[in-house]
Amino acid sequence: MDGLIAFASQSVRLATPILLAALGAIFCYRSGVLNIGLEGMMLTGALMGVVGSTLTGQPFIGLLAAAVAGAVMGLIFAVFAVSFLADQAVVGTALNLVSIGFTGYLFRLLMTGTGETQNVPGFGAMPIPGLERIPILGPIVFNQNIFVYICLVAVVLLQVLLYHTGFGLNMRATGENPRAASAMGVNVFALRYEAVIASGLLAGLGGAALSIGALNLFIEQMSAGRGFIALAAVTFGRYDPIGTLLASLVFGAADALQLRLQVASTGIPYQYIQMLPYVVTLVVLAVVKGKARAPKSTGVRFEREAL
Amino acid sequence: MFRVTFVKRQREGADIAFSLFISIVSILVALAVSAAVVKASHLNPQTAFQTLFVGAFGSMRSLSEVLIKTTPLSLAGLGVAFAFRGGAFNIGADGQLNMGALASTVVCLTVGPFVGWLGVPLGLASGCVLGGVYGAFAGWMRAKLKVSEVIVTIMLNFIATLLINHLVHGPLKDPTGFMPQTAEIPVTSRLPLLIATTRLHAGVLVAVAAAILVYILLFLTPFGYKVRCVGINQTAAMYGGIDVERVLVATMSVSGCLAGLAGAIEVLGIHYRLLEGISPGYGFDAIAVALLGKLNPLAIPVSAFLFGALRVGANSMQRVAHVPSTLVYLIQGIVVLFLLGGEFFARYRIRFLRREA
Repeated sequence: MDGLIAFASQSVRLATPILLAALGAIFCYRSGVLNIGLEGMMLTGALMGVVGSTLTGQPFIGLLAAAVAGAVMGLIFAVFAVSFLADQAVVGTALNLVSIGFTGYLFRLLMTGTGETQNVPGFGAMPIPGLERIPILGPIVFNQNIFVYICLVAVVLLQVLLYHTGFGLNMRATGENPRAASAMGVNVFALRYEAVIASGLLAGLGGAALSIGALNLFIEQMSAGRGFIALAAVTFGRYDPIGTLLASLVFGAADALQLRLQVASTGIPYQYIQMLPYVVTLVVLAVVKGKARAPKSTGVRFEREAL
Repeated sequence: MFRVTFVKRQREGADIAFSLFISIVSILVALAVSAAVVKASHLNPQTAFQTLFVGAFGSMRSLSEVLIKTTPLSLAGLGVAFAFRGGAFNIGADGQLNMGALASTVVCLTVGPFVGWLGVPLGLASGCVLGGVYGAFAGWMRAKLKVSEVIVTIMLNFIATLLINHLVHGPLKDPTGFMPQTAEIPVTSRLPLLIATTRLHAGVLVAVAAAILVYILLFLTPFGYKVRCVGINQTAAMYGGIDVERVLVATMSVSGCLAGLAGAIEVLGIHYRLLEGISPGYGFDAIAVALLGKLNPLAIPVSAFLFGALRVGANSMQRVAHVPSTLVYLIQGIVVLFLLGGEFFARYRIRFLRREA
């Protein structure tokens, strides 16, 4: 039983970076933007988290730096994909390249060659008094680091925002039919800017969850595809915050299982065990196939009628 | 006060002169930004770019190294461009390249010793086939299961890397060596050298031939016509009687083939064996290569040459001027971003309107 609880708790912890990025992806998908750049936003967030935390000795500053860096990446994405009407997938890929280059450059300059940063000040577990003593649920959910709590709050907020506010209605309308939304008086451009910047902010936090939330170090390209797995998690979660929460837990569990199998002597080469999250992603996508329908205008640029 | 608006140009699409102009400006902007980054990190941009240039073009040897890098970049870039033309975004060229390298190594090691020079075509063909199958799988997931090929190909990249990682550490490891790599392929299976004192091999000619063939395939055959139709408008293509799903799978498989060929050439021409990290991210460079080449098969070798030079130059820049070579990715990403921005200005004019008080 204790083993199971420890496993669940680890799954939750490993699900947070994916979930944070995935929540950002929901913003994008729902407003009709396919954000391939999440991976790069996470990576940038991961580095800025470490940099902010190292320079000030305050992990909280690192967290803020990561969020701001992610939001700036989101802004750049929006300028090219929303204003300049460029192909969203290509903009995302370009941003991914930029962030691999930028983080690799900065990191190599800062660390001159060690390949990873020394242990930086990070977030430890912050048990929530009272709640942590609930049997089973307590240790799994309420004895975690700050990022898990941020996630929980964000899921609730996003759920309310999406289904119970005018802004959410506008956003969903834009994702399905931007032209109709625009005719209704929704400023599609502004809305997509907001969505993409919010997603960058969340993805940046997701990156920080990886660097100063979990490992307390930065490794080049440490996001390792999680930005893409986040996109898969949103599809699996049917573009819904709570569904995505559950989907992210599946990927978190795959990650936790992978780590455990590597330590346990199973005789399976570790490379195949490391493949697990990626294979799970493919299988999940194949199983979900047509059942989860993406918002109709996803990936389609919106051109204002001639002015 | 002014208000900025964008007005659509009458003429759709840019002419060649304008798109060439955009390409050059994009490269210059990217170089300027990276110079600023170098400067901001208290290094000397002038020394950095000087060593970059000399490192790439300073000698016969370095120039041949540039051509060696141009070869896989051009082939993988052709693959990415072909998929793009057909409406698929293949960011899995890296995985397909790895699988191509794997297949050609296995074939050359097992069959190579018995077939003499035939090992060369067999090795190249097997690389094409496995790369093609790997690409086709992603195409199939996209066509039949409606899963984004972007996510699928990225996942397949990770899987291919890990697979090769295991094989060169385990079952395929050279039994006589200590390094995580396979044994060398027989001499008869290797691509001949073009210049004896360098590493320049005949693969570069294969890359040039491939560019011409892809151009013919795309623009002068019925299949190429279908591919481009699907790329422009799937619904219209479907009503026009094209089996869109089949064309998508075929497109991705041709794309994977080209990347697989790049991997095979790396084995038969350079390394003579399979090793970990045989592709230092060629598949991602290929995206920038394809876009800078405006998805035109005949322009892609040129843009591949440019990025090849960047890679070779960046390595000597890191050695001599201590500027991290990862700067190359920054340059590539910025080039792509500004190409995209430039396309917008090819379609729109900026107009400043005086805002009424």
